Amino acid sequence: MQAQEARTPALLPKDYKSDYKPIWCPGCGDYSVLSSITRALSELGVKRENAAVISGIGCSSRIPAYTSLYGFHGVHGRALALATGLKIARPDLTVLVTGGDGDGFSIGGNHFLHACRRNADLTYVVMDNQVYGMTKGQASPTTASQWEGSKLTPHGTGVSPFQPMAVALAAGANFLARGISSDPKGVAQLIVEAVRHPGFSFVQVLSQCVTYRPEQQEWRTIARPSHKEPTSNIARAGRRILDDDGFTTGIFYVGNRPAYLAPEETDKIVSDIEQRFMI
Amino acid sequence: MTAGQMLLDAAANAGYQGMMTRSLGPQIRGGEAAAFLRLSAHEVACPGDGVDILISFDWASTQRFSAEIELGPDSLVLFDPAAGAAPEMILNTGARMVDLPFKALLDDIEGGRPNMLGLGVLAGLIGLPENAVLAIVERALKRKGPKALEASSAGIRAGFEASAAMPATCRLGAGEKGARRWNISGNEAVGLGALRGGIRFVAAYPITPATEILEWLAPNLEHLGGELVQAEDELASINMAIGGSFGGIPTLTATSGPGLALMLESIGLSVASETPVVVVNVQRGGPSTGIPTKSEQSDLNIALYGLHGDAPHIVTAANSVSDCAFTAQWSVYLAEALQSAAIVLTDQLLGQTRAVVDEPANSGHVAARETAPAGLQDYRRYAVTESGVSPMAIPGTAGGEYVADGLEHSPIGRPSSQAEDHLAQLEKRQRKLDQFDYGDHWADIEGDGDTAVITWGSCTGPVHEACDRAREAGIGVRMVSLRLLAPMQTVKFAKAIKGVKRVLVVEQSHSQQFYRYVRAHFDLPKKVKVCARPGPLPVRPADIYEQIVNWS
Repeated sequence: MQAQEARTPALLPKDYKSDYKPIWCPGCGDYSVLSSITRALSELGVKRENAAVISGIGCSSRIPAYTSLYGFHGVHGRALALATGLKIARPDLTVLVTGGDGDGFSIGGNHFLHACRRNADLTYVVMDNQVYGMTKGQASPTTASQWEGSKLTPHGTGVSPFQPMAVALAAGANFLARGISSDPKGVAQLIVEAVRHPGFSFVQVLSQCVTYRPEQQEWRTIARPSHKEPTSNIARAGRRILDDDGFTTGIFYVGNRPAYLAPEETDKIVSDIEQRFMI
Repeated sequence: MTAGQMLLDAAANAGYQGMMTRSLGPQIRGGEAAAFLRLSAHEVACPGDGVDILISFDWASTQRFSAEIELGPDSLVLFDPAAGAAPEMILNTGARMVDLPFKALLDDIEGGRPNMLGLGVLAGLIGLPENAVLAIVERALKRKGPKALEASSAGIRAGFEASAAMPATCRLGAGEKGARRWNISGNEAVGLGALRGGIRFVAAYPITPATEILEWLAPNLEHLGGELVQAEDELASINMAIGGSFGGIPTLTATSGPGLALMLESIGLSVASETPVVVVNVQRGGPSTGIPTKSEQSDLNIALYGLHGDAPHIVTAANSVSDCAFTAQWSVYLAEALQSAAIVLTDQLLGQTRAVVDEPANSGHVAARETAPAGLQDYRRYAVTESGVSPMAIPGTAGGEYVADGLEHSPIGRPSSQAEDHLAQLEKRQRKLDQFDYGDHWADIEGDGDTAVITWGSCTGPVHEACDRAREAGIGVRMVSLRLLAPMQTVKFAKAIKGVKRVLVVEQSHSQQFYRYVRAHFDLPKKVKVCARPGPLPVRPADIYEQIVNWS
């Protein structure tokens, strides 16, 4: 029989928070997502030193500093690449990636596609508020084409919004879910499932921007949980995503692709490798 | 290319040293290609001044390389008269034209190929033993079956026979066997140096002429329990490398000019967050897509000055094929010890040249990052220390949890826009580079005299050879080849050129990038000459010798 592992006392959600005060506006949805993340970590029982939160640039990308975990607040758009490197080099760590719609789908769009494809065991939580908050309210890739709220695009963007769930499914993500910041417990549960599922897990969280998109406070009244069971059938998941108005929450897809794994065998030392250069 | 490679291998087995550089057209497969070999009983530091023997397999292709083929009255040009008359530009060089009727000679050999015939002729002319060549061919063609081997061997024997009737040309002296010799390319040497230094994770995107580094590293990293990831682009490559390094594993990416340009923002992230990373840049002709298959030293400015903000980092340069191993290994050590980014410059000439050299010694430099132990109280990741280096906590270390940040930060790693924090962290990041003891590796210095030749990278080979010739002619000359370009070693450099009255700066760039950089740090003597030429033509020893001898 195996010896019982010495159990550390379970950490509470607040143990995963730092004492650093967020820069967010009062009423921002990201406060709630931060709580969901710490709640999920507590439920997962992850040791603080064995988890890392990786982000790029933007309001929601500030999250690493508000946790008590290891973190990396990198450059704009490259969070998934940083996280991929970390996860492949250190497969023993639990790696979360957090960020916004601009960081993930615009400047980081290519990395989003390839992170889905590569299927490294990461959980990517995107706080989608359909606006660039940190630069004071410009249209983002998920902004509706007719939104005229920015001086940069006074007649609306005239461009179809990016469909993160559909794109992620097509690109090969292994787990797809959507939540809303007005339901922190629900989001926490999605994150728990996402972390537990192997491979690349994508959680889109509708997270209101009270400052530049005050109308988003209505989101809580529009959003509703899905009553359907999560599917592993990609065509069914695709139909559900494309038929949806973007306000159904829940798990849309649970794939069974094996996660990207680095080979772990070591069968040589450097001086063995050098032999082939000898004449 | 195959025949060239076999000739080099045969010479290596017979105890000679040498190198093979290659020049290719832009074709994806096939197309024109030229292999330039220089063989000797002694060390070969660079391509030579001129061509002793040229074999032209067809005139159209040969002409495309005419600027790179320096012919003179002492050169032999072997060609098949059936391929048409020699072009004017070849005849005008005064080279001796020698008939080599490929078709006629291969008539009786089933499956016989011109390149094997050419290989036999060349080997015969320079005095390589026939057995040495045949042994190499046998090794290379083992898998292709006895028929292919017999055809090639017969071609080589016919070549040897034909060479006996040809005019005498330069012949190799006696080779020296016994020494530990390697057959290695610069790109492979970079990969080996990286592994010796402790690199165990690489993320990169394919680009000419750096790809061979990656192709060599991918399987060999696996043998060592490491991993290479082919990233979606260079933006991802550098960030993956930084992410892996944050995880405590020494990491590297390799690229060429356009890729380096894409990586710059994130190299700044490595500097600001003090996460070590090694970036190898195998330079090619620029700007923009430039000349991907040919060499130039014109990425010096971007490597030195490309980062935004005040971002002190390390820039090193390999100065020979075998030094690619040392410089890469040393750079891993520096990046890790200093928790900063190290940009390692090589170029197409070094990277894609295959050389037979004395075994590049393992310098013993190994990644040794200063890390924080577990169980710390009030850990301060960016503590302002005297050396400028602060212990780095690696994920998994309890009590060390911190956030690495590209934002300016306080000593505990919280974002800060305070003047006091900015100044303290700027000075810390500068100080750790300035105070470090780089030992004697910062430059290779040879000889003594009134004249100094200052150079770097692949120009070092021809400069070294030119200086040797000058010394033989009784002219005292000192060579200073900088391996550490940043931080510039001002005190050591001043000492190295002390007493010198004349300075010649040699580099392969159009805008004198290196000269301007050196000039920015030093008051050079009044007599300064700059030999700055763009690629793709190689810098030749004779050109430099001329500049040393005729000082005007």
